[in-house]
Amino acid sequence: MRRVVVTGLGLVTPLGSGVSHVWDRLLNGQSGLRSIQSFDVSDLPSKIAGQVPLGEASEGLFNADEFVEPKDQRKLDRFIVFGMAAAQQAIEDSGWKPEEDEDRWRTGVMIGSGIGGLETICDGSITVHDRGPRRLSPFFIPAALINLVSGQVSIKHGFKGPNHAVVTACSTGAHAIGDAARLIMLDDADVMVAGGAEAAVCRLGIAGFCASRALSTKFNDTPEKGSRPWDKDRDGFVMGEGAGVVVLEELEHAKARGATIYAEVVGYGLSGDAHHITAPPEDGNGGYRAMQAALKRAGLDPSDIDYINAHGTSTPLGDEIEVGAVKRLFGNAVADISMSSTKSAIGHLLGAAGAVESIFSILAIRDNVVPPTLNLDNPSPSCADIDLTPHTAKERPVRRALSNSFGFGGTNASVILAEYQ
Amino acid sequence: MSNDIAERVKKIVVEHLGVDDAKVTETASFIDDLGADSLDTVELVMAFEEEFGCEIPDDAAEKIVTVKDAIDFIQEHS
Repeated sequence: MRRVVVTGLGLVTPLGSGVSHVWDRLLNGQSGLRSIQSFDVSDLPSKIAGQVPLGEASEGLFNADEFVEPKDQRKLDRFIVFGMAAAQQAIEDSGWKPEEDEDRWRTGVMIGSGIGGLETICDGSITVHDRGPRRLSPFFIPAALINLVSGQVSIKHGFKGPNHAVVTACSTGAHAIGDAARLIMLDDADVMVAGGAEAAVCRLGIAGFCASRALSTKFNDTPEKGSRPWDKDRDGFVMGEGAGVVVLEELEHAKARGATIYAEVVGYGLSGDAHHITAPPEDGNGGYRAMQAALKRAGLDPSDIDYINAHGTSTPLGDEIEVGAVKRLFGNAVADISMSSTKSAIGHLLGAAGAVESIFSILAIRDNVVPPTLNLDNPSPSCADIDLTPHTAKERPVRRALSNSFGFGGTNASVILAEYQ
Repeated sequence: MSNDIAERVKKIVVEHLGVDDAKVTETASFIDDLGADSLDTVELVMAFEEEFGCEIPDDAAEKIVTVKDAIDFIQEHS
């Protein structure tokens, strides 16, 4: 099987825009969670979120004009703008600019989303209801479709290879990276731009997740404390938004052009719970089998893993079930593993989460440091005897990292990234 | 009045297509000269309807190809 390496990274998150800004803030223990100011939350039980901070790019804030012409922004839902921005960062970082047809045909895009253009759909529905169908924008559908991140990125950069989009709720980003890597392994492409994008922090999105009782509601006055994976006082996840995109490349292709290689994608495992639409089974069997399959694909033993970037959303049920599955699968090797949930700092980016967290895992390998789990003041008893990296980043050797993502519908994905050797 | 309509039409075209206002002459074609695609022209017609409070039926909209076509239609129907 052909080997696949990561040669470009792009991030738009509640901690800012640009990989170095986001990573520095994450390692410094900063939180991107705030009170929601951009729409009315007075009647919503959850009033906090991780929203992408807008402003000057030089300060690590997000300026959409840098990535999409102002006249085109109103034709796109925000999740597409975030995805295009993260993709442009990753592509520029990789230095891959194919000019020849043959190279363009061998370069594809697979950027998914959990929900897609929710805000656009919400606004369009109000327009049709209040003012009639004649007032609906001709860009309504292409502004909202999930695969239009991939479509827009391919059009902008001239990538004519596989054009695909994953939709597996909160596992989207991890599935996109895993599936795109497989397309390269199977020789369908030499380069894939892969990841996830999400912008469901809008009134309808918060109302929807509140209705399913998934969000934190006890920390509206202290938003930075709202996401607290494994802590006794956790009471649900905090919504986040943004995008994570990587450039994946066949190893010899990357070497031939002298690309910087961040890491290798060595393992990928998938499973289904067949249990419940929103809840994992008590025994965490789905997550267990996803991690097990990823290890098998990588040809690794549990003791070969140094860092686990957990799904860890800060829900009462899910956090402990994931730790239980890790403990059973890793056995004695758990003693030497560091695990953390970066959702404690940026919230849950849904379809973008797995891609953003895979990038954090890659950076952990590059810098030999594990990002912290914020707000882990009092771990639940079942989470006590495992290093969950509370409060502060931890320097330690990280040669291989595993990133977990579990989604509504009982869909699980684990990706293993390794130092390139 | 007619000048006023022409200016308002041109302003909408500049804003929606993101083109330099010097390019928006009366003979300019939305698609051939100003870089619009078929969806852009649908949106332009909607913007004209909004601005001038008129209705432009689809068969009439299809015939609005240039800036002048739009000005003429609006002058006749407003």
